[in-house]
Amino acid sequence: MSATLKPYLSAVRHTLMAAMCLDNFSSQVVERHNKPEVEVRTSKELLLNPVVISRNEKEKVLIESSVNSIRISISVKQADEIEKILCKKFMRFMMMRAENFIVLRRKPIEGYDISFLITNNHTEQMYKHKLVDFVIHFMEEIDKEISEMKLALDVLLQ
Amino acid sequence: MTEQHRFGNNINPITCHAWNKDKTQIAFSPNNHEVHIYKRLGNEWKLLDTLNQHDLRVMGIDWAPNTNRIVTCAADRNAYVWSQDKDGKWKPTLVLLRINRAATCVKWSPDENKFAVGSGARLISVCYFESENDWWVSKHIKKPIRSTVTCLDWHPNNILLAAGSTDFKVRIFSAYIKDIENAPEATQWGSKMPLGQLMGEFVNSSAGGGWVHNVSFSPDGNKLCWVSHDSSVNVADATKGNAVYKLNSEFLPFLSCTWISNKSIVVAGHSCIPILYGYNNSQLNFIAKLDASQKKESGGLSAMRMFHSLDKQARTENSDTNLDSIHQNAITCVCIYIGNKQKAAKISTSGADGQLVIWDLNSLEKSIQNLRIE
Repeated sequence: MSATLKPYLSAVRHTLMAAMCLDNFSSQVVERHNKPEVEVRTSKELLLNPVVISRNEKEKVLIESSVNSIRISISVKQADEIEKILCKKFMRFMMMRAENFIVLRRKPIEGYDISFLITNNHTEQMYKHKLVDFVIHFMEEIDKEISEMKLALDVLLQ
Repeated sequence: MTEQHRFGNNINPITCHAWNKDKTQIAFSPNNHEVHIYKRLGNEWKLLDTLNQHDLRVMGIDWAPNTNRIVTCAADRNAYVWSQDKDGKWKPTLVLLRINRAATCVKWSPDENKFAVGSGARLISVCYFESENDWWVSKHIKKPIRSTVTCLDWHPNNILLAAGSTDFKVRIFSAYIKDIENAPEATQWGSKMPLGQLMGEFVNSSAGGGWVHNVSFSPDGNKLCWVSHDSSVNVADATKGNAVYKLNSEFLPFLSCTWISNKSIVVAGHSCIPILYGYNNSQLNFIAKLDASQKKESGGLSAMRMFHSLDKQARTENSDTNLDSIHQNAITCVCIYIGNKQKAAKISTSGADGQLVIWDLNSLEKSIQNLRIE
């Protein structure tokens, strides 16, 4: 693990632990509704300040939180055109199967490659620290996955 | 020292719970539209009744000890008062709340002749029984609430009402209903009290921000404690000219608080452990964590495993899924089980992990070093 990855991941971990303090909160705009406030953005007092944690200009994480949901958007390292295409295809593959990932958002936030939406229902059903582990694990594995695919592609092209 | 309880095979979060007068029965909601009433038989719990009238998630339950009535409110904008008929069945009476958003919290007044319901409609309904029409009617307190009311607590004089809200403020209102009660006597918080009069308003933080999660009046009624999303514990003291004392903690935000004597506060929340704070002579200080569970010893090669997981996942512990604390998820509700706010002997906490835990304060006082609950 390179020298900058560890502090980057641990900063993300601590921010997620603090941001993932979610409550059940019924909408105060539409009656009998309960929506993730971070998505609907109808009451600005229910949103917290978004946080960006970046390792370098390409790799960064945006964490937006609200009273009952948080949204985590990840920008993955893409060094060249092949990595860009691989990343796009891979993310598309996963987002098409978003319901199997439970916390995955079907579309990323603009400027990022992939987004997760975690609501109070998820933190009620799952261990919070395991959810955080999942996001951290995902961030670690995604780089590895893409470089492996790139290698495989190079082999194929030869 | 601490008792852990589960109800049947309920693994859903317990949104809130309430005890009856002699603490043999508990009413709680398993995070849905139902309210379950269980009776304690030794170490077992027996389901007595299911109150099935709401059609969305129940948000608040309160059990009036002396008149033996339960009031429930839910996200479907309704509240019901439940009373027991001769053969022990609970019968609901609808309350006319006149609100158009979710009801979020409910509390009986100390004299049990009225109750208050907070709601997402940015108002508080103070409800009382009108015997001429034979139903519960309500009066509204609207101004100057700007967001959802998250929590309520009554002053011991049965008139003043504290409310916390997601607009980062705690307010004290007069909830005096002149149709049913005599003119109130002056308190430390003020003397003129028509319904809806704002007796005090406290901003949670000078920097702005911090949803208020719970409020609690001290047993003498002169102090008001609240906890908020900036992980702070706050006390406003009327005897010191409404001065506010704030203590920021290192823990995750607290969701619930209660006084257990005139000088001690128990708070609990996202850190999954109840924590004791003391307030003495305008000094608010941390006393102890009530959950003294030890870290589980992991088997051999722990150093290697530690570095391995540190390297892999940037966290030290990897093998154990369970948390070290007794509660495994956020604690959402703290109630006094034995005693009262003057002198509590046992408290009960319930949380998003579906557990109810009863903490014996006297034996905790003996087992934790330097812990003295005044």
